Amino acid sequence: MAYQGEIRFLLNGKTVVLAETRATQTLLDYLRIDRSLTGTKEGCAEGDCGACTVLVGRLHEGALRYEAVNACIRFLASLNGCHIVTVEHLAGPRGRLHPVQQAMVAQHGTQCGFCTPGFVMSLYALWMGNPTPTVTEIETALQGNLCRCTGYEPIIKAAHAVNSYGSPANDHLNRERANVTAQLRALQPEGRIETGPADDRAILPADLDDLAVVLAEYPKATIVAGSTDVGLWVTKFLRPISPVVFVGHLEELKRIEMTDDALTIGAGVTYSESETAIRAGFPHLGEYWDRIAGWQVRNMGTIGGNIANGSPIGDTPPVLISLGAEVTLQKAGGKRVLPLEKFFIDYGKQDREPGDFVAAIRIPRPAPGQIDAAYKISKRRDEDISSVAAGISVTVTDGAITDARIAFGGMAATPKRAATVEAALIGQPWDKATFDAAAARIGMDFKPLTDWRASADYRLLVAGNLLKRFFLEHDANSAAPARLAIA
Amino acid sequence: MKDHTTINGAVHHDLQHDSAIKQVSGTADYTDDIAEPRGTLHAYLGVGNVTHARILSMDLARVRNAPGVVDVLTAADIPGVNDISPTHRHDEPVFPTEKVEYHGQPLFAVIAETRDAARRAAELADVKYEVLPHALDPIAAVAAGLPMVTEPLLLQRGDVSGGQADATHRVKGRMVVGGQDHMYLEGQVSFAIPGEDDEVVVHCSTQHPSEAQHMVAQVLGVPSNAVTVNVRRMGGGFGGKESQMNIFAVVAALAAKRLNRPVKIRPDRDQDMSATGKRHDFVIDYDLAFDDSGRIQAVEGHFAARCGYSSDLSGPVTDRALFHADNAYYYPHVRLTSNPQKTNTVSNTAFRGFGGPQGVVAAERMIEEIAYALGRDTLEVRRTNFYGDDGRDMTPYHQQVQDNIIGRIVDQLEVSSDYQARRRAVLDHNAQGGIIRRGIALTPVKFGISFTKTNYNQAGSLIHIYTDGSIQLNHGGTEMGQGLNTKVAQVVADAFQVDFDRIKITKTTTEKVPNTSATAASSGSDLNGMAALNAAEQLKDRLTAFAADKWQVTPEQVAFLPNAVRVGDEVMPFASFINHAYEARVHLSAAGFYKTPDIHWDRAAGKGRPFYYYAYGAACSEVSVDTLTGEYRVERTDILHDVGRSLNPIIDKGQVEGAFIQGMGWLTTEELWWDDKGRLRTHAPSTYKIPLASDRPRIFNTELADWSENREMTIKRSKAVGEPPFMLGISVFEAISMAVASTADYRICPRLDAPATPERVLMAIQRLQSGG
Repeated sequence: MAYQGEIRFLLNGKTVVLAETRATQTLLDYLRIDRSLTGTKEGCAEGDCGACTVLVGRLHEGALRYEAVNACIRFLASLNGCHIVTVEHLAGPRGRLHPVQQAMVAQHGTQCGFCTPGFVMSLYALWMGNPTPTVTEIETALQGNLCRCTGYEPIIKAAHAVNSYGSPANDHLNRERANVTAQLRALQPEGRIETGPADDRAILPADLDDLAVVLAEYPKATIVAGSTDVGLWVTKFLRPISPVVFVGHLEELKRIEMTDDALTIGAGVTYSESETAIRAGFPHLGEYWDRIAGWQVRNMGTIGGNIANGSPIGDTPPVLISLGAEVTLQKAGGKRVLPLEKFFIDYGKQDREPGDFVAAIRIPRPAPGQIDAAYKISKRRDEDISSVAAGISVTVTDGAITDARIAFGGMAATPKRAATVEAALIGQPWDKATFDAAAARIGMDFKPLTDWRASADYRLLVAGNLLKRFFLEHDANSAAPARLAIA
Repeated sequence: MKDHTTINGAVHHDLQHDSAIKQVSGTADYTDDIAEPRGTLHAYLGVGNVTHARILSMDLARVRNAPGVVDVLTAADIPGVNDISPTHRHDEPVFPTEKVEYHGQPLFAVIAETRDAARRAAELADVKYEVLPHALDPIAAVAAGLPMVTEPLLLQRGDVSGGQADATHRVKGRMVVGGQDHMYLEGQVSFAIPGEDDEVVVHCSTQHPSEAQHMVAQVLGVPSNAVTVNVRRMGGGFGGKESQMNIFAVVAALAAKRLNRPVKIRPDRDQDMSATGKRHDFVIDYDLAFDDSGRIQAVEGHFAARCGYSSDLSGPVTDRALFHADNAYYYPHVRLTSNPQKTNTVSNTAFRGFGGPQGVVAAERMIEEIAYALGRDTLEVRRTNFYGDDGRDMTPYHQQVQDNIIGRIVDQLEVSSDYQARRRAVLDHNAQGGIIRRGIALTPVKFGISFTKTNYNQAGSLIHIYTDGSIQLNHGGTEMGQGLNTKVAQVVADAFQVDFDRIKITKTTTEKVPNTSATAASSGSDLNGMAALNAAEQLKDRLTAFAADKWQVTPEQVAFLPNAVRVGDEVMPFASFINHAYEARVHLSAAGFYKTPDIHWDRAAGKGRPFYYYAYGAACSEVSVDTLTGEYRVERTDILHDVGRSLNPIIDKGQVEGAFIQGMGWLTTEELWWDDKGRLRTHAPSTYKIPLASDRPRIFNTELADWSENREMTIKRSKAVGEPPFMLGISVFEAISMAVASTADYRICPRLDAPATPERVLMAIQRLQSGG
């Protein structure tokens, strides 16, 4: 197959063509070192502080979509055909400040100023899509931005004030939308892209069939979708990952299909892209979804990646397992479908054969009488990794529990169902005594670890208490709230 | 000329941070943003992977042979003294030669063509160790017989055993208070450019350029006059760049001189957090005696701190913990001791409050003990014990509290926060016994202002006026976001009565103002504002004398008006007046100086007046706590804080809000966690959780006590603001404690340790429900 050796993109409105790009070249280092665009800062190089936030514009379902992303863990090669917008691109003619910048200055939203460009970019992305956000929407958009000086109050005020300085309709990225869309279309590759030296090779397959071909050829290749995990392998652990097969651009992995029976999500769909469908199909996951990482990471990270990396503390596996989700694995020889819980064999070990890639996740719609909940316990409410995550699905028929699927993250070497707890529920009446008894059995299913996120004792205690919470939240006789309100 | 009746940017008025526009535009330069000259090399530290061990051998051949490596530096390559101890105790080598004393201690530096190459090579050392036993916390370290890193302090007054004997109640307890990482968004970074002879210029992200200068000189074995340290701004400091930049400045300079090429060093966040010091963890044992009215009779307190392997600033930090163990309360009989304990951990350092918060949090714990023992509102107990007039105004260090306004602050906040009604509502809510419990607490802070090392309380400035009437201002303070440059420039604008924009604030450099103190102890504006005012006054005196002479008027007939000068009946624009002065050969440059008056401290005796004055404040916070999980949320916080007559109210308010949130983070979600191998496992924002926007109180009201005026002759009667409001975060901690206490009907003091993570909260609830 013919392939292109160049990476092409727009940077602040100008076309850039790079003949050679190492797979592990991060966007942040490219901006700061190669382009001297030092407005974008490195605070952590792990996608947690947001000082490196830039906008990436890309074609999604034919339309240009701008999103805030972390430049520190984003690989440049994955940005072929995209528009990268940095803080340097915001000011208008003669240096006139952008409405977001004006609001930040007027509300005294800067102190040391190091986090500021990242906040400006996140607020820019927010304002572009939602010029009159609520406090909760602002806080959700800023989950991935740390400020150590201001205490955030003036930044929140600035976020509210942006729209009084200008309308998104007059924003230059919006005015240039048609033009940029056309330019990005012209930059889309004809076929496969391969670039970079042999020991740091980047491969962007042309399509899904090509992906299978590439993986058959390089079964040990590192598959990268959003790079929100693999990015850290590089920036923090200096781990060699060549060859890297990028899949985030493959439209075939970005499909979302909702039927009466199930929601099927392509493995390359980001958390943000799936949000609407998830909320529609599984309302109990709406709040949980907003607590997965920060906004920038949700704009890059994929559900497929969260599953494929097999982490025992990934946010989505427990809640998907409890819903009875299935995963489709694909390779050159064909496809196979297995229950998600079977995919996780042991710590660091998944049921992935050579050449396999995660293609899609199918989540059955809740059956009548099925009650679902998703809980996440973490040290900090937002943008934290769970100490315990729980997906609870219980079916109640005529006052009795007829089915229970309960899965936990953070309790074992893999995301895992609580078989004993489930057994203790099934066949029992829906009442407090049943859940108290089931909660008392949590220690028969799990022997969690103690680490910096939580002790084993806390994990066991809180996991049991989440079952109690589940009952209280869903019992018709409970009046008082059983957990903290979000807003 | 402009027809202003007042100038733009006068003191006591809101003015935006002088760098705000650059900051939002991405054009404010931080050290890593400085354009690199041709040939710039990059350094990276190679660190040990054991906690305590004798170094048997260190084979660096693979490091040297790695791609891109230009040089490797070890202790043997240091031409001067292998020590960067800020108190000159010679207990902190740049690179150790015999022993590794904590996990992640730097052992050598790699210099390479790129940072990436240096980073990769730094992993390749082959070091052989004889591993030794380690002790990570002060309790284990005492048990293991480790020494103190510096001399302890004793503060005492009155007759403690007599006070204990007379009291009707006595409570002994222990509180464990965790440390805190600075998590400045801009990590450590230094960039050295070699000059001729022995000269070197170091751009360094530091709160203490003079210290970096002196350390570079000491390590290079050159006089201080050969070393220039510059800092335009930091991306946050919080105390973490008061001494912790030393190793980076020194390594960059050493490599730059050795290789005669510019060298930059910037650790990644993991190395920054594991190889630089933090706020000290404390284990505090208290023995409290009080009477039926809740009035404290006697306090004994022992403050053991996790100092790490060397002294760094642990002496003054543990001292300040004792200085603040009274917070705003009078202790009739008191005995306080510190234990600056050596541990096999990174050497802990300055952090906003400098030990003070650990003292204050202990005082507030004792208040809680009394309240829960007697079944009283904590606020009542606080009031009962506030410093007063009649013989109740002497601190444990024998300084009389002369400027006490805590009563007025608390009274005002009690009303404005509607404390009493809300507390009743909280009690009613909890009485219903639901899963979600609430707590409310109104906590005060009194904080002593001045460096307790008296000689640090001095500052210099340098002002140039150019012939076009533009003014360049320099002072010894550093800008880390706190708005110091803005405030000092306001003082100068006010002195000359010129618009703020006429004043150019430039980088802080040891070339312009020598022998500066750290920008620390909240002292930046107090010291540098006065030094700048002194320079301005010198210039004004000179200009007045010149004008009186030239136009034959009396000095009283010369007046600096907004952007103009009136001489007799004539008013001329400032710029033309300056030009006249230049023509007449008036010296248009002045160096200013200031030293804080009236302070003295005899550490051996534990007596003196270490503080020029006190700053006060109070916060009322209400929380909700989920008793099934220990999760919590801050529903509302009201703050009333005293900054005297504020130089810039909006900037001070920003300091108050930011400090509150940082203090809240210290006591809630920010947890330093070492594993049993001695590795710090919370070493980046992925694992170390500082507050986010969504952690803010749902309602957040901050007011400055606009009626307050410093009784001392500080700069424009303002007060320091950097540290005191940090301790307002204790209100959240205490409110959580109350919610926890509700699960046992407020009969048991929950004795929460800090940080009160959801885990600690839930475990405390468990403990209380099983009887304490």
